[in-house]
Amino acid sequence: MLNVIDDTVNPVEPFLRTDRMPHIWCPGCGIGTTVNSFARALIDSKIDLESLALVSGIGCTGRVAGYVKLDSFHTTHGRAIPFATGLKLANPKLNVVVYSGDGDLSAIGGDHLIHAARRNIDLKVICVNNLIYAMTGGQTAPTTPGHATTSTNPYGTFEPAFNLPHLVEAAGAVYVARWTTFHVRQLARPVNEAFQKKGFSFIEVISPCPTLYQHRNKMGDGLDTMKYYKEKSKVKNGAPTDA
Amino acid sequence: MKADPDGVLTGTHFIDGDHASCEGALAAGARFAAGYPITPSTEVVERFAARVPTVGGCFIQMEDELAASIALQGGVWGGAKAFTVTSGPGFSLMMEHIGYAAMTETPCVFVDVQRGGPSTGLPTLPAQADMMQARWGSHGDYEIIALCPNSPQECFDLTIKAFNLAEEFRVPVMFMMDEVVGHMTEKVVIPPADQIEVVPRKHTRKSVEEYLPYATNGDMVPEMAHAGEGYKFHITGLTHDERGHPNMTPQTQDKLLKRLQNKIRTATDRICLFEQDGLENADVVVVSYGITSRVAQRAIDMAHECGLKVGKLRLITAWPFPDKKIVELAARVKAFVVPELNLDRWCVKSSAPRRVSRKLSPCRTQAAESITPRRFSTPSWRQADAECYRRHG
Repeated sequence: MLNVIDDTVNPVEPFLRTDRMPHIWCPGCGIGTTVNSFARALIDSKIDLESLALVSGIGCTGRVAGYVKLDSFHTTHGRAIPFATGLKLANPKLNVVVYSGDGDLSAIGGDHLIHAARRNIDLKVICVNNLIYAMTGGQTAPTTPGHATTSTNPYGTFEPAFNLPHLVEAAGAVYVARWTTFHVRQLARPVNEAFQKKGFSFIEVISPCPTLYQHRNKMGDGLDTMKYYKEKSKVKNGAPTDA
Repeated sequence: MKADPDGVLTGTHFIDGDHASCEGALAAGARFAAGYPITPSTEVVERFAARVPTVGGCFIQMEDELAASIALQGGVWGGAKAFTVTSGPGFSLMMEHIGYAAMTETPCVFVDVQRGGPSTGLPTLPAQADMMQARWGSHGDYEIIALCPNSPQECFDLTIKAFNLAEEFRVPVMFMMDEVVGHMTEKVVIPPADQIEVVPRKHTRKSVEEYLPYATNGDMVPEMAHAGEGYKFHITGLTHDERGHPNMTPQTQDKLLKRLQNKIRTATDRICLFEQDGLENADVVVVSYGITSRVAQRAIDMAHECGLKVGKLRLITAWPFPDKKIVELAARVKAFVVPELNLDRWCVKSSAPRRVSRKLSPCRTQAAESITPRRFSTPSWRQADAECYRRHG
């Protein structure tokens, strides 16, 4: 006999504070997709959720801490990593995940990012990189690629961008990865791998901001971005980061 | 409860204020500190870094003061009693996280060994230059507690008090030392652990289902849980409701901020510690704190030798400010002498300014050196003092 298909139950619902829905993210935003993949990875890994703490900074991705049913900390702008450092040191039995955005982690928190990697402290960092400051209205970030138009560079950005996995690996991380929000299934794997590794792990997820980045740069909507990611991405497992 | 004997270095010591403060933190149960080097405060964490591994804790030197002041709060939510140590420029950088600790009600201690400013200022010379930023440095409406020791012995005793107040009220407590007190070496007696009272974390006894992180149950200070205990709570610097969930409405803001202020304001009389002497029939009252209160004592003794009615009010608690006491004195004394190592005098700005300032003597000092007793003067005092000086040489 076939099992009854019940599509009213969301398999990741036990990980979410459903009383806080609807969330603040825009249609087409990739952050919710990353949370979905993260939750599925946690289910797969059978990790003890009571020993898992999640720390966010400020920004659109910073709001993840408020939507997951875990011990979760929404800290100050850029300071998720040092807060997580104190949490881990005071209770080394905790699995501590930092979940934040590119502006939060690599600009205002860039100092903490490289030093945590240098220390190789046992934190798992998930960086949702939408190439822009989204919550404040689409300003240039250290990750904004050259020539992209932003609200603070209306004639195009001219500063070179950080390549975050390269930066963090050079600073001493034991594990770095980059995926996109098109890779919903694949994304669970690096999360699992990071949990199995002791030390500083960094997973960058390239994610669309249709409202402020894609729209302003005439890149279409959320679906167009998925097609773009699919077309442009090259999967290289174990890729050399010094290339 | 009594102090954990592991952290208590019982005995008679000859140590400076910085080291004594470190021993106070250990006796109070601090097992985690995050710091960044800055003169003249670093000796506190240097000693902690050497001592804490022997009692089961750790110290981390962070990459800057912003990191140190938030890492310590991560430590608190991980279950430790924690503190950081800094001086003026570092304290300026920590303001963001004093606000975060006030908003999230994270019990913790900021030790500030004050030096001259603004900016890099006077790295190894004293000042009382951070008294206002200790209270008002972060944005928004909040209350903190600040204590001012005036000897190495008090650096020990009052550091314990600072941790106890932090736990009782779930506020960041500012421990406002100055360079002279920090680097002054004197006898410090550390009692046996069973004579030291420490306030434990106000940990919830509620079940996971019942627990709400910011429900107050009438006494204004909510109960805490730590990460990893199964409560799956959420903490945010955003305006939040009893569940700890962001709720940015005027009603929630009003309710939260009034509670954050009232939990301290309603306990002001209990928190405010001061030393007083000869206030009953005083013509002049010297109001002082920290190192200047030591100098003030000599000046007051000299005034008494001249037959002047000079009273002493030495503030131990700087914030909340003991307005009531000052206003009461303002109604009956002829003058206040307020020696501080800053030009604008924190005490005056904080205490019913109009009532006090019209009776204020022009005794002003600057940071960089401790004031001398002969700088204390009101016109009548100065005259009597000169007379006395002539008579006694």
